[in-house]
Amino acid sequence: MAFLEISHIQKRFAEHTAVHDFSLSIDKGEFITFLGPSGCGKTTILRMLAGFEAPSVGSIVFDGKDVTHVPTNQRNVGMVFQSYALFPNMTVAQNIGFGLKVAKASASEIDTRVKEMLSLIKLDALADRYPWQMSGGQQQRVALARALANRPKVLLLDEPLSALDAKIRISLREEIRELQRALNITTVFVTHDQEEALSISDRIVVLNEGRVEQTGAPSEIYNFPRTRFVASFIGTLNHLQGQVVDTATGQIRVGEHTLVTSNPLDDLKNGQTCTLAIRPEAITMGPGSGQRNTLQAVVDEVSFLGSIVRIRTHLGAEVLSMDVFNDPNQKLPARGDSVTLGCALENVLVLA
Amino acid sequence: MSTHTAKESRLGAWIAMAIGCTYFLLPLIATFEFSLRMKRGEYSFEAYKVVFEDPQFQATFGYSIVMAIATIVVGVLLVVPTAYWVHLRMPKLRPLVEFITLLPLVIPAIVIVFGYLRMYNSSSFIPLTGSERATDFLLVCSYVTLSLPYMYRSVDTGLRTIDVRTLTEAAEVLGAKRATILLQVIFPNITSAILSGAFLTFAVVIGEFTMAALLDRPAFGPYLQLIGANRAYEPSALAVIAFIVTWASMGLINVFGSNKHARPTR
Repeated sequence: MAFLEISHIQKRFAEHTAVHDFSLSIDKGEFITFLGPSGCGKTTILRMLAGFEAPSVGSIVFDGKDVTHVPTNQRNVGMVFQSYALFPNMTVAQNIGFGLKVAKASASEIDTRVKEMLSLIKLDALADRYPWQMSGGQQQRVALARALANRPKVLLLDEPLSALDAKIRISLREEIRELQRALNITTVFVTHDQEEALSISDRIVVLNEGRVEQTGAPSEIYNFPRTRFVASFIGTLNHLQGQVVDTATGQIRVGEHTLVTSNPLDDLKNGQTCTLAIRPEAITMGPGSGQRNTLQAVVDEVSFLGSIVRIRTHLGAEVLSMDVFNDPNQKLPARGDSVTLGCALENVLVLA
Repeated sequence: MSTHTAKESRLGAWIAMAIGCTYFLLPLIATFEFSLRMKRGEYSFEAYKVVFEDPQFQATFGYSIVMAIATIVVGVLLVVPTAYWVHLRMPKLRPLVEFITLLPLVIPAIVIVFGYLRMYNSSSFIPLTGSERATDFLLVCSYVTLSLPYMYRSVDTGLRTIDVRTLTEAAEVLGAKRATILLQVIFPNITSAILSGAFLTFAVVIGEFTMAALLDRPAFGPYLQLIGANRAYEPSALAVIAFIVTWASMGLINVFGSNKHARPTR
């Protein structure tokens, strides 16, 4: 049995169903991310794990113990909130030691643990500061230390980086991941930021309208989206309307071009229309070598984005964007140029 | 041109303020001046001396202070958990609760006290007017009702400055129970608001007349009325003392209004 077992939970608020039949098994020490747009149900599931909401149906088991109806204060979970939620009347040390004080730990035990946590988040010098005397990033690190001080079974992170600056976000997410690995703590992270989810997680659960769209490792989710929603939500994708020519050889007609995919077309029939999806970075300039699709396109726009250059082209009526790494020695095409593009067969995805 | 207009408007503001100050301060200065004239031909604090030496003043003032403190304690214990619960679990009920707490401003005190006398007279099911202690308790309850608009508004304003729900959840997830959350997380973060409500309550209770007079309790309000009806200079001295008590309460609200530690989290 997995360390955290969520079985067929549902959550209804009057007429509205926020979560439909959600199940997931999470192993000890795993870092799981719930990813999806606002209102997809990710926070509701997290709140059910914390005990703030009770599932309408289903069960939640932590380490072999059914906690579905156990009150929050008896679940032994740690939680970090988007708004930090540090107690304004308490110093950093008092905030970190609050849970231990509630658990009636001895003063010396609290002191030792607080120092340990402060050293872990590298804020030893700020023990006597009040929350309002610190930056957002520092406050969130204190919130993380406070959540970990009681040695919780599960760590819940509710969009903890959303209120921070871009640079601090990146450094703090790396810090969170390092700490999570060092402590081997089972972690559930909620975010709507795909980059965050892809960079930090062992597995990602993509949610939409209270339902799971896809669960998998970040590379799996990104490279092989199983649904149209996942494909459009994660990263940038070129969508091409096509018609199946031959399911056996994987040939699909797009305008005047015929593309070949090595992905199975089991659910489709010859002559049926379908949507093809190709990542911009999967397209290269020139035909390339090996078994590849070769396309003739006309350049519409060249956008310099720093480390990459995005080139927008068109193939008849279809728009196709590609990303190339910025190389000062490489000559970029100009608007109106006719270019030859290549794309590996396995990178042509067919969406359901 | 714009500088000229700005100067004009500033002058207008000063004039308005001067008129306002004169309107408020002139009667007060006149009262104070009159209170110093007890001895013929010279200014003295004789009226104040007489008042302070009057055993009835000490008794009634002391009684009202005790009643005010009891009212504050009961009011805080009633209002803080109620307002907290409304913020946390029933935010939609906030307008209704606000309306209920404002009722004592609309319903005259005499109506409330007649209601009490009808409900709790010595021949009723709960004969609270049957003994002095029970009547004191009834008076405290009536003062709590009377001060409800001030206490609730202060506490509600304090709760609006903190993220009640998230702080509660953060404490809950750390293992805290509701009582611990209220005492260690919510109370300390709205101390200044509670103190504001407390001082306003104190100011209201200390000079209250209707409730105390109709419940026949020896409070400062009825004493003020009694002295006012029978003496010349002492009522003025008492009015000045009452003003000082009220202003001291207001001053303390300002002192405690700036909480040195707590800042809102959002």
